[in-house]
Amino acid sequence: TTRWRTAYGGRYTITLIHGDGVGPELMEHVKAVIRCVRAPVDFEDIPLSSNTANDEMFERAVMAVRRNGVALKGNISSQNTLRSLNVLLRTRLDLFANVIRCKTSPVVPTRHRDIDILVIRENTEGEYSSLEHESVPGVVESLKIITRIKSMKIARFAFKLAEEDGRKKVTAVHKANIMKLSDGLFIDCCKEVSQEYPKIAFDTMIVDNTCMQLVKTPSQFDVMVMPNLYGNIISNVCAGLVGGSGFVAGSNYGDHYAIFEQGTRNTGTAIAGKNIANPCGILFAAANMLQYLGLVEHCSAIKNAVLNTIQEHKLKTPDIGGTASTTQFVECTLKEILKLTPTIGFN
Amino acid sequence: DSSSSATENTTRTVTLIPGDGIGPEISHSVQKIFEAAGVPLNWESVDVTPVKAANGKFQIPRKAIESVTRNRIGLKGPLATPVGKGHQSLNLALRKQFNLFANVRPCKTLEGYQTPYSNVDLVTIRENTEGEYSGIEHTIVPGVVQSIKLITEHASSRVAEYAFLYAKQHKREKVTAVHKANIMRLSDGLFLRCCRDTAERHPEVKFEEMYLDTVCLKMVQDPTLFDVLVMPNLYGDILSDLCAGLIGGLGLTPSGNIGEGGAAIFEAVHGTAPDIAGQDKANPTALLLSGVMMLRHLHMADKGEKIEKACFDTIKDGKVLTGDLGGKSKCSEYTAEICARIKNS
Ligand SMILES: Nc1ncnc2c1ncn2[C@@H]1O[C@H](COP(=O)(O)OP(=O)(O)OP(=O)(O)O)[C@@H](O)[C@H]1O
Ligand SMILES: Nc1ncnc2c1ncn2[C@@H]1O[C@H](COP(=O)(O)OP(=O)(O)OP(=O)(O)O)[C@@H](O)[C@H]1O
Ligand SMILES: [Mg+2]
Ligand SMILES: [Mg+2]
Repeated sequence: TTRWRTAYGGRYTITLIHGDGVGPELMEHVKAVIRCVRAPVDFEDIPLSSNTANDEMFERAVMAVRRNGVALKGNISSQNTLRSLNVLLRTRLDLFANVIRCKTSPVVPTRHRDIDILVIRENTEGEYSSLEHESVPGVVESLKIITRIKSMKIARFAFKLAEEDGRKKVTAVHKANIMKLSDGLFIDCCKEVSQEYPKIAFDTMIVDNTCMQLVKTPSQFDVMVMPNLYGNIISNVCAGLVGGSGFVAGSNYGDHYAIFEQGTRNTGTAIAGKNIANPCGILFAAANMLQYLGLVEHCSAIKNAVLNTIQEHKLKTPDIGGTASTTQFVECTLKEILKLTPTIGFN
Repeated sequence: DSSSSATENTTRTVTLIPGDGIGPEISHSVQKIFEAAGVPLNWESVDVTPVKAANGKFQIPRKAIESVTRNRIGLKGPLATPVGKGHQSLNLALRKQFNLFANVRPCKTLEGYQTPYSNVDLVTIRENTEGEYSGIEHTIVPGVVQSIKLITEHASSRVAEYAFLYAKQHKREKVTAVHKANIMRLSDGLFLRCCRDTAERHPEVKFEEMYLDTVCLKMVQDPTLFDVLVMPNLYGDILSDLCAGLIGGLGLTPSGNIGEGGAAIFEAVHGTAPDIAGQDKANPTALLLSGVMMLRHLHMADKGEKIEKACFDTIKDGKVLTGDLGGKSKCSEYTAEICARIKNS
């Protein structure tokens, strides 16, 4: 399938869904950075947050992503809403795959070294089906749904990405010793797809053991694929290992649309408005979005500028062991971008 | 209450379930060490390999169940659970049979055993009877499977209450409720509400609530942020293993399953380690420290401390360690070293 996106007169429109917490402030920095790198894009702002949430605003967000094909998104807090709008958006747009890449970077101090893990998570079913009921007072049932269609889809996605990215191994994470039918179905699908990729090694690992292995010897992992809830756990563990929620970028893919965001989808309510949020994660996400649109040079200019800001200018926000404010960091990144993108021959 | 009636010098009988894989080796090690320390215990060793009952289903042998019912205290090695198809998990069956509602796993950095994390000192308390482990699953139509997670007010309140009591007894400051109520509004919402209500009855212990994902994120960044954590079954399963990893892995973490009315089964957290079974390579520390937890439960704390010290000193010394801790010694050599330290103390 070809990805569907608009590029009237060679310009793309990208949706910015502001979200709550640090989302709105980070979006302003993203705009400054994308303008500075002179990417041929226009912004469509959608100020969707838990405070502004109503059906009309939500539909506007859905329509905008459908029209533009892509969005950059801040996390929407679950306060004030009956269901998670983040989940609703993903299911409405059928963004079945969540991908985060967790790689140790020499510029950020970490406890472990040589981590480079691709976490691929089924994004639309499993424990996130929102099918719950209180059978009698004090007794609640919550349904986890695993389907062959979605499991095959995410398995195919994982192996394809693994191949494209030159990866050697895919590990399917599960709890099939307890959830024999549901997780059993999931790993059966992964096994089936693995047959089509003889050059990529395949193994399975129980989710609790996986977490233990991750904090002991994370370098053993390459690509990991899993149902929704385990994905939530594993991606947070992996992100924590390589620099945390402010540093890691994530993306959500469907057959037609993609949404980019901070890898661990935190709202950051407690640090909002304090000018201390780490902009790296959302800037990497924005760069990945440009790459997805085919703007490869613009993507690498942003990424290099961010890394130079940390490495050469020794600027870091408090969450990764520095003292810089968000604006200090971004101002430096903007200067780096100007250095990296001479006026002639770029754009 | 069975535990309070036991005193220092009465010989208690406890059920020993050696288990599968490396189970027999590490159980043997624990027995030897307890013997060296002169712990007044009779071991009643039972086999729990499932037998086919009249109805065709596989069940735990009657003898084993009778033994635990009589003694109300057990020490258990790992049991094998086949992946995918087959009979119901035995661990699960045992927990249900004896209504072991809380699984307690203390994780404390072992001095002398280096990991990337230091000063870890936390306890995970896991609801042990329901949640995702209800075992209710079905294929609705081919290719569509539904598993049910069950959360009840009764079980949630019971484990929350235990967490606060544990915190008080062990002089801990804070209890963190781990949940995903932003997604699972009703089920985790109920669990969370029970924790909040219980917290109100124990104002002397600090209470905090945190999303499962945020706990995972922070746990690997700075585990010293946490003290006692209480959570539903699956989250507890996963987090307790993660925490074990922080201090060096499954071979080191003790665990206790606490039931109503003083019954308790203490067990090693790790699996059967089929890859090293029968080779005298296993690390018995987890089962040994579970035994120490058991001694504390039986009010034999001083014997427990003696054993614990000999074990910690052996690890700190670093000369006689099993392979999983980076040493070259056999299980039997490690056991002998601990026994020698106990005798010389
Ligand atoms: N951009 C960022 N820069 C620095 N730290 C961040 C950033 N985003 C999130 N964090 C941190 O990650 C941690 C988890 O985030 P947060 O508190 O938002 O989690 P949450 O559980 O999603 O809470 P809520 O949705 O209620 O805000 C917090 O310590 C937060 O400060
Ligand atoms: N007591 C121990 N001493 C040394 N190594 C251990 C010990 N327990 C587990 N291991 C190691 O940890 C890894 C995971 O073992 P474990 O048996 O828990 O796996 P598992 O797949 O969960 O098994 P099970 O199906 O029995 O639960 C293995 O490599 C094993 O050798
Ligand atoms: Mg486990
Ligand atoms: Mg296991």
